[in-house]
Amino acid sequence: MRIGMAEVKSLSPGKQIWIRLKANRAAVTSMGLIALLILMVLFAPWLSPFNGEDIDYEAIAAEPSLTSGHLFGTDSLGRDLFVRTMEGSRISLAIGLVATLVSLIIGINYGAIAGYFGGRVDAVMMRIVDILYAMPFMFFVILLMVFFGRNIFLIFFAIGAINWLDIARIVRGQTLAIKQQSYVEAARIYGASHWHIIQRHIVPNLLGIVVVYITLTIPQVILVESFLSFLGLGIQEPMTSLGALVSEGANEMESYSWTLIFPAVFLSIILFCFNFIGDGLRDALDPKQVK
Amino acid sequence: MLEYFFRRLLGAIPTIFIIILVSFFLIRLAPGGPFDFDKTLAPEIQANLDAKFHLDEPVYVQFGYYLKDILQGDFGPSFQYKNYTVTELIAQGFPVSVQLGLSAMALALLLGSAAGILAAYRQNSKFDYGVMTISMLGISVPNFVMAPILILIFAIVFSFLPAGGWNDGAFQNRILPIVTLALPQIAYIARISRGSMIEVLRSPFIRTAFSKGLPTFYILTRHALKPTLLPVISYMGPAIAGIITGSVVVEQIYGIPGLGRYFVQGALNRDYTLVMGVVVFYGVFIILLNLIVDLLYGWLDPQIRLQARKT
Amino acid sequence: MCEGLGLNDLMPCGKQATMTFTKSALIERLDNETKNMSPLTKQILQLISLCAYILLSSANSHAADVLAPTQVLHRGNGSEPQSLDPHKSEGVPSANIQKDLYEGLVCESPSGELVPGVASSWSVDEKNMRYLFTLRKNAKWSNGDPVTAEDFVYSWRRIVDPKTGSYYAQTLAPVLNAEDIIKGTKKVTSLGIRAIGKYQLEVRLKGPTPYFIGLLTHSSTYPVHKASVEKHGDRFARVGNLIGNGAFALKEWSIQSHILLERNPHYWDNKNTKLDKVYYYPIEDQSSELKRYRAGEIDIVEGIPISQMPWLRKNLKQELRLTPYLGIYYFGYNVTQPPFKDNKKLRQALSMVIDRKVLTEKILRTGELPAYSWVPPNVTNYQHVEYEWKAWPMSRRIKYAKELIKQAGYGKGKPLSVEIRYNTSENHKKIAIVVASMWKKHLGVKTKLHNEEWKVFLANRKTKKHTQVFRSGWIADYNDAFSFAELLHSNHGVNDSGYSNPEYDALLAQSAKEADVDKRRKLLQQAEKILLNDYPVIPIYYYMSKHLVKPYVGGYKDNAMDHHYSKHLYIKAH
Repeated sequence: MRIGMAEVKSLSPGKQIWIRLKANRAAVTSMGLIALLILMVLFAPWLSPFNGEDIDYEAIAAEPSLTSGHLFGTDSLGRDLFVRTMEGSRISLAIGLVATLVSLIIGINYGAIAGYFGGRVDAVMMRIVDILYAMPFMFFVILLMVFFGRNIFLIFFAIGAINWLDIARIVRGQTLAIKQQSYVEAARIYGASHWHIIQRHIVPNLLGIVVVYITLTIPQVILVESFLSFLGLGIQEPMTSLGALVSEGANEMESYSWTLIFPAVFLSIILFCFNFIGDGLRDALDPKQVK
Repeated sequence: MLEYFFRRLLGAIPTIFIIILVSFFLIRLAPGGPFDFDKTLAPEIQANLDAKFHLDEPVYVQFGYYLKDILQGDFGPSFQYKNYTVTELIAQGFPVSVQLGLSAMALALLLGSAAGILAAYRQNSKFDYGVMTISMLGISVPNFVMAPILILIFAIVFSFLPAGGWNDGAFQNRILPIVTLALPQIAYIARISRGSMIEVLRSPFIRTAFSKGLPTFYILTRHALKPTLLPVISYMGPAIAGIITGSVVVEQIYGIPGLGRYFVQGALNRDYTLVMGVVVFYGVFIILLNLIVDLLYGWLDPQIRLQARKT
Repeated sequence: MCEGLGLNDLMPCGKQATMTFTKSALIERLDNETKNMSPLTKQILQLISLCAYILLSSANSHAADVLAPTQVLHRGNGSEPQSLDPHKSEGVPSANIQKDLYEGLVCESPSGELVPGVASSWSVDEKNMRYLFTLRKNAKWSNGDPVTAEDFVYSWRRIVDPKTGSYYAQTLAPVLNAEDIIKGTKKVTSLGIRAIGKYQLEVRLKGPTPYFIGLLTHSSTYPVHKASVEKHGDRFARVGNLIGNGAFALKEWSIQSHILLERNPHYWDNKNTKLDKVYYYPIEDQSSELKRYRAGEIDIVEGIPISQMPWLRKNLKQELRLTPYLGIYYFGYNVTQPPFKDNKKLRQALSMVIDRKVLTEKILRTGELPAYSWVPPNVTNYQHVEYEWKAWPMSRRIKYAKELIKQAGYGKGKPLSVEIRYNTSENHKKIAIVVASMWKKHLGVKTKLHNEEWKVFLANRKTKKHTQVFRSGWIADYNDAFSFAELLHSNHGVNDSGYSNPEYDALLAQSAKEADVDKRRKLLQQAEKILLNDYPVIPIYYYMSKHLVKPYVGGYKDNAMDHHYSKHLYIKAH
């Protein structure tokens, strides 16, 4: 409707969220950085003449230098640090993603079922969540890693199993709210199955929350893995993760500071960026946060 | 209120039982027993030790023995430190860990909320971005990296503080461990209190107070503080769990005789009884603390208080 | 034998050549001797003595070490000892502390020579099977009780008694009937030890055992205080209960924090003990230990992270103590399972291709010596046998190995897939990585690295079901070739290779009965040769003990067994 001024266009919720997000400078910079980092991490090792396993006996614990080709220097076994940092970043990101997905799958399904069915089912399921909240999970993870060996799949599963409680609670809350909506009632009247309703109506509405959760959980997972590496319980050789690199570097920091600095910088950047993106997303999705 | 407290307490019992059950079976399932060392034991000696600790009986029978003992407060002898019982070890280690943990928590609460609140008040200023970035550092630099750096700076380059050891709790020995433990929590609390304060500052009743012309400091402390701190309080539960986890690393690096260290050593040495003791102990501790946090939250949040009064 | 060692009764255990005295000790002595004089005379005498002290100390400043006013030593000690009961503990950390709390029949000098301990002298009969020990009459427990021969009888019976559950009962295996008692087939009282009067001890052996005296420095042979054990049972080894006969007594034990020992004034040689207090700190994290050393909180470092070696060599060279240590680091083959069962050529090929020189010089950089034999050098009365291909250039070794591996059935078309198993440690990890890369480069072997935590690792090694190549190490319990040779006897409890060669076993049994030193050496060398040619293990390097010692710690001497008794140590004025 023309009022003699610019047309007032009504924007879709998705667009609104995007605009709000773009306004958050930190989040935008972080997204850019992460994209850059992922590209680098995936492709840069091919540019280097070295691989992360070969031992260069002549350059044991060598300082970074452009002439020798060891951009980040070498570690105390003469392995090129640049390639190892890239490989470590890959594994850390992978663990972050997969473990988060594991906890997502468990959490969403659990929360959705509890919220949807309500009543006794909900009460019992949430009771179990309460019990699990009180368990010192980290201890169980440590016990699992100590006893059953350092299998990468076990790491995915163990770390994933720590985090699903939060998302389950959130999803349950959301499900309860959505369940009351009229369109869901309508679907029930039309004879849609429970499963269909959960899949088609409830889950898509959770998208925003899930995305925020993913971006905020990935850094947590990466930190948990680095904690396990510090205790000697993380990724097995020859694979390496940023956590393992950082904890090795911390030990050698006085003699060979670059073995700590480079992996630590990458680790910090990844954690920083995901946190800023997650914060930005959360602010953008929350309609109350109008500046 | 009291009824709520007791109901929660009662509800905690099945939780504790499950913690005991799961840890017990987990640790039994693991390969490698507590008596495996470099030198093999003569089979007769091995048999004697097994009988003494009921290790030759079926697992559920062992569990029964264990439950009976626990209910009498006897966590058994440590398999690794043969002259000490688990109760003695926990009694030695727990006060140390608690002191460190509570001090770190207090420091984190103080600094974190102060930083967050001030940052929220000056939202989007350089101060705000500065505080948030520094607090991000606390989250992004793992404590096992922060600790050696702190030791290097404060104990070796500038010899202000000791590089490690507990020294029976001497003040200067506590500083670095407490700071290392507190740093990540300061960051989380700063973020939460900032976000919460921003919301509170927008709320109608605060805007009213400002428009009435009340002094800023008065508004911040009398009106805004309580609602701001509510989310911080509900974060206390996970915060405590985080500090307990962090203490494992901090105790290891600084050489502090606390429970976290016992746990890791116990797991590595298959010291069944010690690990069980620590896990059960921490479980109960976390439950009790969560209960206190819930009560605190309930007392602070007027909505819940009203609810309680109604029922 | 005492005469053989060139010692006499007057020399207390481990006396130093340098003159050392403290002001306080001097004044104490003065007080004693001037007790009956008039006060004035006393004061004049004290003044004169103090002047003399000052003159002497400045004159002999390089010959005599001036002691610091506080004699307190801080030692790093690796992991927390599980027990201070000599019959129930195992591992170096416990042994270190027990050397200060107790004393056995025989002791060691700072440089590692055997000297009298509780026993002031001993003799042996012509057949080398019956020892007679004469105990000194002034040896006392820390509560003043005298140490008698009966204490040793009681203690040795306790350690072999199956009810005690000791890991080190085998140490006393040479003693008559010991093994049967351990098995439970004979009574404890039949052990070949008896007290003749209060101060004479007779020990009868199963066979001539030339290293028997050296064995008596091992902590499992230390005496325990009978009345304490009977009163407190297993809890006797705690603060307040522990009564020992060593130079120090247990004052505090705060688990995972520190153990404090204080001077034991009843110790028979107390006047030569200079330290008043010793702190032991259980610090496993080696880089934390290093930091505390640099901050001046610890005086002796127990273990050094190898990655810091170059930095240490550059910056703390004077304080670094590197000594050959009687131990061997090796990879064992599980010869009871494929691919290594009955495949000597394969085992030989893999062993030859490892460039031990590069490993020790470029990776470890601590001065460890590459190992091409089973018994390390510097073992008394022994000259080890080495692989002949030690002297070949690497290229020749690689060529030969390539041939061997082809004959063994592997090669380009059929590459070998093998697993190296090791326990969690940065150093083990590094070595495994390097070995794997050498195998890959020269022989195309695909190696999987499998890291396990210590307990699991030990259990799996023992069962011999899952292991192929595993990392291992062996430190001598006593300074004799047999300590290494017996490890690969088919019945030995730690023979995780499963190596079994009746010819080898027979030679070992023969050497145990041989009294002549030369003949015995030849038998053991023969056995070593057989062992090496069977390739059940891959010797990698001989251990070096690595410590950092502050320049103001006196009396510390490097020795092959890495034994450092606190009673020899003191703090110089600094």
